[in-house]
Amino acid sequence: MSVRPSPYVTELPAHIFSPVRGGTATPAYSTVTETPVITTSGLTKVYRSSGREVTALDGVDLHVREGEVYGVIGQSGAGKSSLIRCVNLLERPTAGTVTVAGQDLTALAGRGPRAGRELRRARSRIGMVFQHFNLLSSRTVRDNVELPLEILGKSGRERSRKALELLDLVGLADKAGAYPAQLSGGQKQRVGIARALAGDPKVLLSDEATSALDPETTRSILQLLRDLNRQLDLTVLLITHEMDVVKSICDSAALMENGRVVESGTVSELLATPGSALASALFPVSGDASDADRTVVDVTFQGEAATQPVISQLSRTYNIDISILGAAIDTVGGLQVGRMRIELPGGYEDNVVPIGFLREQGLQIDVVGEAGPEALLVKEGAK
Amino acid sequence: MTWSEMRPLLEQACWDTLYMVGWSTLIAVLGGLPLGILLVLTDRGGLLQNVVANKVIGQVVNVARSMPFIILMVALMSFTRSIVGTTIGREAAIVPLAIGAIPFFARLVETAVREVDGGLVEAVQSMGGNTWTIVRRVLVPESLPSLISSTTTTVVALIGYSAMAGTVGAGGLGDIAIRYGYQRFETELMWVTVAVLAVVISVIQFAGDYAARSLHRRGGRSGPAPRLRLLTAKGSSSGSGSASADVGKVA
Repeated sequence: MSVRPSPYVTELPAHIFSPVRGGTATPAYSTVTETPVITTSGLTKVYRSSGREVTALDGVDLHVREGEVYGVIGQSGAGKSSLIRCVNLLERPTAGTVTVAGQDLTALAGRGPRAGRELRRARSRIGMVFQHFNLLSSRTVRDNVELPLEILGKSGRERSRKALELLDLVGLADKAGAYPAQLSGGQKQRVGIARALAGDPKVLLSDEATSALDPETTRSILQLLRDLNRQLDLTVLLITHEMDVVKSICDSAALMENGRVVESGTVSELLATPGSALASALFPVSGDASDADRTVVDVTFQGEAATQPVISQLSRTYNIDISILGAAIDTVGGLQVGRMRIELPGGYEDNVVPIGFLREQGLQIDVVGEAGPEALLVKEGAK
Repeated sequence: MTWSEMRPLLEQACWDTLYMVGWSTLIAVLGGLPLGILLVLTDRGGLLQNVVANKVIGQVVNVARSMPFIILMVALMSFTRSIVGTTIGREAAIVPLAIGAIPFFARLVETAVREVDGGLVEAVQSMGGNTWTIVRRVLVPESLPSLISSTTTTVVALIGYSAMAGTVGAGGLGDIAIRYGYQRFETELMWVTVAVLAVVISVIQFAGDYAARSLHRRGGRSGPAPRLRLLTAKGSSSGSGSASADVGKVA
């Protein structure tokens, strides 16, 4: 089996990749440190409208480390949007705290609905990208990028230098004088990203930034976010309902359901967690047992193990016939991961020894039907 | 009456009308723009949410809007005197015209500003912008084409109002039409006046629509551009529906 090359291509200027693009030579976590940049604890948001109470967030604890791309995934209505809006306090949380880069934003919020000076200053250090781009249609691309700099009170010369630099970074230097209406969706989002970076933020919030884009454009925007993450040491917190987004750029991920974080961790941790719904959704394999007297086993390979010929070793050692029901190898969060669903003859009791052998090889084994009903459940979510 | 007799009358009347309408439009825009924006900001869910203030402003605007202009003019006489020192003449007419037009324009501004996408407000908030930044950088520029259309509507409505200003000796085209055309049976002069009014209103409407459209095109908004209404006073006054309704109520 060979590893598919990453299909994520981009039309960015080459200089952008210079320190980053070492192919496999650059470790996936090179820029991630253990310093927490975004921490929420017990974050709760309750909406009250006409006597009804809707709990959008129910005690969310999130820990985003410096330099990582953290994806929050969930169905619509799971509370993702409320979560990301609570991080820069566009929504005031009902309870709980939000700390960004060591600063407790909830303490800055004040009492009224208006944001005080301190909070506004803190917000200007957090970039935000929106699903519908939210560019001002009355301003040119360049003036849109200059807007945050105007708010920061930068001089005209500095603004225009910085704006052109950022537009060059996102590959839109030639569109500086165009109006947003003249751009395609992907170009608009690039402007949105350039604008979000204008205040030199350490943290970028992405609110479904690719959900309004077609798959090809989605890939190029995700690649851009990934490159910016590496190049600028930018911590990215993104919310999405698309598993592919998490799969292609996230170092860590959290699954939200009904306002709660159900699972969270680095992608490799999640993949190593038996029965993890997120891992199975990230990496679905399918196939049913061909007969009643069979044992179906999901084998997950990571890193080194992915290249070992374990299946043929297993077959030779124990002299058994193995059918492969389904298999895939992919790059998830910069890691090579394979998952395979195999079928062994005989019931579980007959196969304890071969399964033990597989475990000894450092592979993660889920026996379907024994511990893996979730694996079947979340397959839907993956689509 | 011959043309050479009519001409000085008409010239003076045109000048008087433009003078009154020009000044009162300026004051109406200066007063109505902040008022209309405040109506949006103080509304429920607005940036300066204040239900009491919103209700008070809204009620004041409604009362002022529902007042027939000729009554407003009489009611404001002492106020007018305290400002311009007299209740007669075109300067005196500007005061009630402006006060009548402020709430009218404010409602139009409110509608225009409400159309601005809330996502843009959120974007500027996320950059650390305060309410004033949002008003200045987002709400006003983004609704500018609509605001220009609203101003055109206000100007056309004010030309209608200004006809009644003749009753306080302010002159103007409407005054000529009533005094010469109606009271003295100078039918020709009346028709000429009506024609002049039609041309003036058409030109104003056309210029306003053109300005709004060209701004709209520059921004290249996705929505349909304001329709370009061509000529004929009838078309233009029915195009600005609320304005003609107002004038009708007075008559």
